Order: sequence, then C-alpha cells, then structure tokens
Amino acid sequence: MACALVFASAAGTLAHAQVSFERILRADQEPQNWLTYSGNLSGWRYSPLAQITPANVRNLELQWVFQTRAPAEANEKFEATPLVVDGVMYTVLPPNHLVALDAATGRMFWIYSAVISPLARVCCGRVNRGVAILGDTLFMATIDGHLIAIDAKNGRPIWDKALVDPALGYSFTLSPLVVKDKVIVGPSGGEYGIRGFVAAFDAATGAEVWRFNTIPAPGEPGHETWTDAEQTAWKTGGGPAWVTGSYDPQLNLTYWGTGNPGPDWNGDPRPGDNLYTDSVIALDADTGWLKWHYQFTPHDEFDYDATQVPVLVDMPWQGQPRKLMLWANRNGFWYVLDRTSGQFLQGKPFTKVTWATGFDEHGRPRRALAPTQEGTLVYPNNQGATNWYSPSYSPRTGLFYVPSWMDTFSRYFKVPVEYTPGSQYVGRFPTMSFPALRPPAGAINQRLPEDGYGAIQAFDPKTGERKWEFKMVDVTDSGVLSTASDLVFAGGREGYFHALDARTGEPLWRASVGGPVSAGPISYAVDGRQYVAIAAGSVLFVYALRQ
Amino acid sequence: MRRLAAVMVGVTVAVGTLIAQDHGYTPADIENGARLYQSACSGCHGPAGGEIPGVELARGQFRRGTSDTDLIAIIKTGIPGTAMPPHAVSDQEAAQVVAYLRNMTVVRTGIGTAVLRGVGDPARGRTLFEGKGQCTTCHRVYGRGPRLAPDLTEVGLTRPLPELRDALLDPSATMRPGNRPFSVVTTDGRTVSGRLLNQDSFSIQMLDSSERLVSVQKRNVREQGFISTSPMPSYRDTLTVEEVDDLVGYLVSLKGFNP
Repeated sequence: MACALVFASAAGTLAHAQVSFERILRADQEPQNWLTYSGNLSGWRYSPLAQITPANVRNLELQWVFQTRAPAEANEKFEATPLVVDGVMYTVLPPNHLVALDAATGRMFWIYSAVISPLARVCCGRVNRGVAILGDTLFMATIDGHLIAIDAKNGRPIWDKALVDPALGYSFTLSPLVVKDKVIVGPSGGEYGIRGFVAAFDAATGAEVWRFNTIPAPGEPGHETWTDAEQTAWKTGGGPAWVTGSYDPQLNLTYWGTGNPGPDWNGDPRPGDNLYTDSVIALDADTGWLKWHYQFTPHDEFDYDATQVPVLVDMPWQGQPRKLMLWANRNGFWYVLDRTSGQFLQGKPFTKVTWATGFDEHGRPRRALAPTQEGTLVYPNNQGATNWYSPSYSPRTGLFYVPSWMDTFSRYFKVPVEYTPGSQYVGRFPTMSFPALRPPAGAINQRLPEDGYGAIQAFDPKTGERKWEFKMVDVTDSGVLSTASDLVFAGGREGYFHALDARTGEPLWRASVGGPVSAGPISYAVDGRQYVAIAAGSVLFVYALRQ
Repeated sequence: MRRLAAVMVGVTVAVGTLIAQDHGYTPADIENGARLYQSACSGCHGPAGGEIPGVELARGQFRRGTSDTDLIAIIKTGIPGTAMPPHAVSDQEAAQVVAYLRNMTVVRTGIGTAVLRGVGDPARGRTLFEGKGQCTTCHRVYGRGPRLAPDLTEVGLTRPLPELRDALLDPSATMRPGNRPFSVVTTDGRTVSGRLLNQDSFSIQMLDSSERLVSVQKRNVREQGFISTSPMPSYRDTLTVEEVDDLVGYLVSLKGFNP
C-alpha cells in the first residue's frame, strides 16, 4: 500500500508496450527498433531509416562503445546482433552474458550471466549471435544447451530448460526465432556427430511444442538417403542449425538452413545423399511438419553447411510475381528458389567453384570432386564462399548483398574416422590459406594474391547479374546491412567498418575498429537520431551523425 | 559430553557461516542449537531458560532485543556490564542457538515433531501473501507481479530466515541497499521514481514506476536520491504472530526457478 503511494509520485507515463508478435511481423513500421535477428522475419537485414545518407555519411562519428567484461578468449568472438526495443538495446557478450543497455549512450541497465557447464564444447567458438524477444521476455540459447527466458526489465530468468546434452557436443549459438507464441531453435555441433533438429517451445512455459529431426530415423521420410548397411550412420548424422531461420506469415512456413553431415570430410561411413543435411527445410510453423526441402550439397564432404539466413523476397520472376527465396551458399553458388514449393529456379557461382560443374534440370548439382587419400584441391575452401554471416536484401535497389570469400581453396584428404561420444567426428582438417577462426594477432604478410580475398558483392536476382564488388585484401566474417538511404554497411577481418553506396559499391566512409568484424551490423534510432551498431573484436561500436 | 565439547571446538572455526542462514531453520539447526545451549547457556539460564530474573528464553521474553538478528548479536558480543559474556561462535552457531530458543518449549515438552517457530505453513503463507498481506501489490514471484519491489522468486535462497522475519516486522530497518527506492526530479520538473539499476558520473539508469527502462542524463536532474524508508508497511500490527510465521514459511519456500 505504502509502496503504491511512493511510486504514484512518478510522472504519469503509460506502462510500456510489450513486443507483440504483431509488432515483429510489422517491424518495418517501427524502423527505430530492431526486433528480430535479421531486422525482419524475411531475413533482409535492411533498415528503413534514412537519416544517414550517401551525402552525409562522411560525418558519421563514434557515439559510444561497449566492451565485453573480460578479454575474450581467442574462441570467444563477439558475434551477437543486438536487438533494440524503444531505446533499450539487448546484446550478448560471449559466451552468454546478456546485457540491457541504453541504446543512446551504452550505459548498462542490467546484466544476466548464464552459468555455463564446463561440459560445454564447441568446435568453432564460444559464441552467441543474440537473443529474441516476445512480450517482455528475452530468449537466449546457450553453448551448454539451455534455452533461457529472461525478463527484459530486470534480467531475471523466468524459465530455464536444458534441451540437449553438452557432453555430446550439442550447443546453441544462434539467436532464437520467435514465431507467434513459440520460440524456435536448433543446435550447433555438426562436428561432434550430433543428430540435428529444429524445435519450437512455448514462449510462456518453455514446454516443447514440436520438433523436426533434421536427420530422419528409420521409417521416417528421407531416411532412405542413409544407405549404410549397418543403418547406424543417421544417429551421428549431423545436420545442425547454427543460424536463425526466417518466416513467411502468408504461407505460415518457417525456413531453416541445416549444416553438414557427420563426419565432415569422409563420407564413406554415411553413403547416400544424407538428407536433410546441407539443405533448406520449410516447416509448418504450427506443427513443425516438413512442407518441402531443397538440398544444396548432397552427400557433402567439403563442410558446406547451408547455415545461412534464408532471404525471402516477392518479385517478378520471368514475368510472373512470385514468392522467392535468395540463398548464397557456403558451397559457392547463389540460388533462387520458389519458397512456396521449393522449386529450384536458378543457381549461379558467386566465386570460383570447382566441386560441381553446374546443375541438372531438377537443380541437383553435378558433383565433380571428392576428398582423396593424397588430397584433392577444391574451390571454394573449407570455410566456404560465405558462411553464417548475414547477407542483406534492399527492396529499394532490389539487390542481394553477400559477404564473400573470393577464390579460396582447400585440399581435402580422406582418412579413416571413428565416432567417440563427445569428441569431434570430422576426419582430417583440410588445408586452408585463411585461418578458419579468428586470426592470430599480427600483420598479414604471408598470403599471396592467388590465395583469395574478401568481398561484399551485390547481385540482381532478376537477371542473375553481379552489379558490383567491394574488394578487401583479407576475408570477411561480417554480416551486411542495407538501408533505405541506399547505404550498405559491412566490415571484415582487417578491422575496418565500411559504408558503401548500395547501388555502386563505392566506399563512402570507414572507421578503424581495431579488430576483426565477426557480427552483423544493425541500425536503429533513439529520439529521432539514427545509429549504426557493429561488434568488432571484443567491443560494440555505435555511430551516428555528428551533431 | 565429549561430543558437545567437540561441537564447541568446532564453533570457533569460521566455516559455513552462511549455510544455515541461506536455508532458515531446519530441524538440524534446532538440534545443534539445543546442544550448544546445553553446553554454553544452560549453566546460567537453566535448562528451561528461566533462571535469570526477568528473562524467559523459552517464551521469547528478553531484556534486550527481540529479533533474531538482535539475539545473534547478543550471543556473540555479550551485554557489557552484565553477566552475559561474549561467545566465540560463528553467526551460524549463534543462529542455531536462536533456532533452539524459538522452539524451546516444543522441543522440551516433546509434543509431536517440532513446529519450526518462524517457519509456518507455506500454503497458508501463500494465501496471506496473495490476499490479506497484499504483497503482490508490489512484489513479483515466479514471473507474476510487479517488478518495482524486490523479486522474491529466490528469496528463500538469498535471505536468512531471521532477516525475512525482521523485514516483515520492520521493513525500513532491514532494507538492503540495492532495494532502496530511488527518485530523481528533472530540471523540467518531472519526477522519476523506481529502482536504481546503474549510474555513472553523467547518467542514471532506472526501472521506473511504469516498469520502463529509463536512462536520465544527470545534467537534466535537479534532485536525486534514495528514499530511506521502505515503501513496505510493517506487519507487526496487521498480522498475528502465527500469520507472520506462515508468511515466512512461504518466503523460505521460494527457491528460484531451478531449485
């Protein structure tokens, strides 16, 4: 009672609107916010804000930075995409420290640190790519296999579900996807002989609603693509999720990319196409039932995970309006699919590709190469022509922007490999001229031009034509952001963050961020002022126009 | 007696001070408290606690102090100028003696199992919490209720039982610093009240009374400060002793989402 009296003295501000799913569906109507991993459920990473323009972008200056709490371990890359909700930013410091910040100043409201099991094991970094929000609740998936609901107002956990066994190599590194009243996640861990899945959980309780196993068991559709005589390969078949999916509300389908089969670099223990690895799967958002799938790399032996964000666009295709999906894949091809049916419409290389020579009439790649005992030279390299780093689509330019590793190669060796629970189940690591993970400190002075380079490329899906390429000496693990003022933002391993002209690729501005960019940029606004945020090294940098 | 001596030796070792506090009174606390009482207290206070004039330990009649915290302090430091000496015991041991004192009659008469005085019935306590006590007007438990007052979801783990009891009887005396209400008045006359989350030399971060995360620049602030009196009412006169026990019983049972 007395409590009410004291607090009644506050200004008569209305209780704040919660983030309903309707708001997330119509994220383009509140461009000041960034409500889901890719900015909208179509996977565009596009900001409708236009205060920062090609004409004034040179006046961008640093507003604030936020440092991770301790020097990150070499494998603790800062990969999170922040959310911004009405002036409050939520982001995750590696591995699983969730913070709420004043989005205009970077000052902290609260921090929630998940206690991580020492059993957690991750092949490729103790990382997290961000959180999802619904109502006043944030959802974080952890590297030790928990999905945790956290109160957005005070950072306190609401429920905490241990979903998978970290000792077997299951982990979560993705930002969950909220669809309606559900939170959808899938595990990382394709290097540990896991059996992947995509599953939906009730946002209020954490109870599992549905689960789609990306590796079908005997008797389930798709299992016929696992043809080993012992019928055991599927149990360690891989097919992780790694990266956040997309959602089409008209079709009520949620689209997810799946990772490589296990073991990575020797397909002999797992003869067959190995569905649904290296695929895009279209799932009914209410039931998890598979509507269609398309496998980019059947019987993969090159680690070509299809763990990219599905980009959903509606545009004319050969004269007819069509619901399309754009996908630049780790295997070096970029695709146009019909997202209603999964029909393959087009596949074109966006870098040098030698593992396949093209496609048959059904869109199945014509594979040309395989690992051998003495080693096989293959383009693109093991880290791929692109990877988990977000592409972008601008409805203004109609262009598809892809962070690319250009003309890189690996030599793949086939060696015997056995499964041991909790250990990596991969084979021999291929040679690479670029380190797969965060590079060691020091200048790059030993790499040859013919080893490849990094680029941001822009493609016109209607024509298949490449419109421009922005070259970087080093490769890039950065996502791409496009904006309504026809700017593109992206960084790279060199430690620069760039603003490019979205129509020409011309560099207009850059900032030295002193460490590799291994995250996707976002844009948001507070009190009418547009900001651009990017994580690099162990720091989040936030820019706005000089006042 | 050899065993009691061993216990007394043990109490001089400062280990596990917080263990008993974190879990309130358990039957083991009362049992240990009884042993400690027999060896260290009964010589003066007598086996029934009534040998000192004006003091009836079994009936909660003391010359000084009434709360558990008071009693723990007196056991440890003694009362200067009286025959009550200081005792080299840990907080945990002293709290166990208090646990015994609170249950002395029940234990000595041996009627049924010990009703843990101070820990009433959690179900009745919950009814009081959500009803007569009006606690849910301000407090949040298991994701339900406002966020302005402390979230009590884990309070049974984080606050010692004596402190919970004291907080119900004298809220302002036991308010933890992080729970103090905070208020700022801006230069344009706006008042923002709520919980202080963070601050630096130039700005203040709060959860305001509308449960918004608010960041205020100090250059725009005319007045700011904690409010030293708790907004929570004392239940000393509005709840019976048994009802307070029940409420404490409910609070002690709140062990978080993953107990």
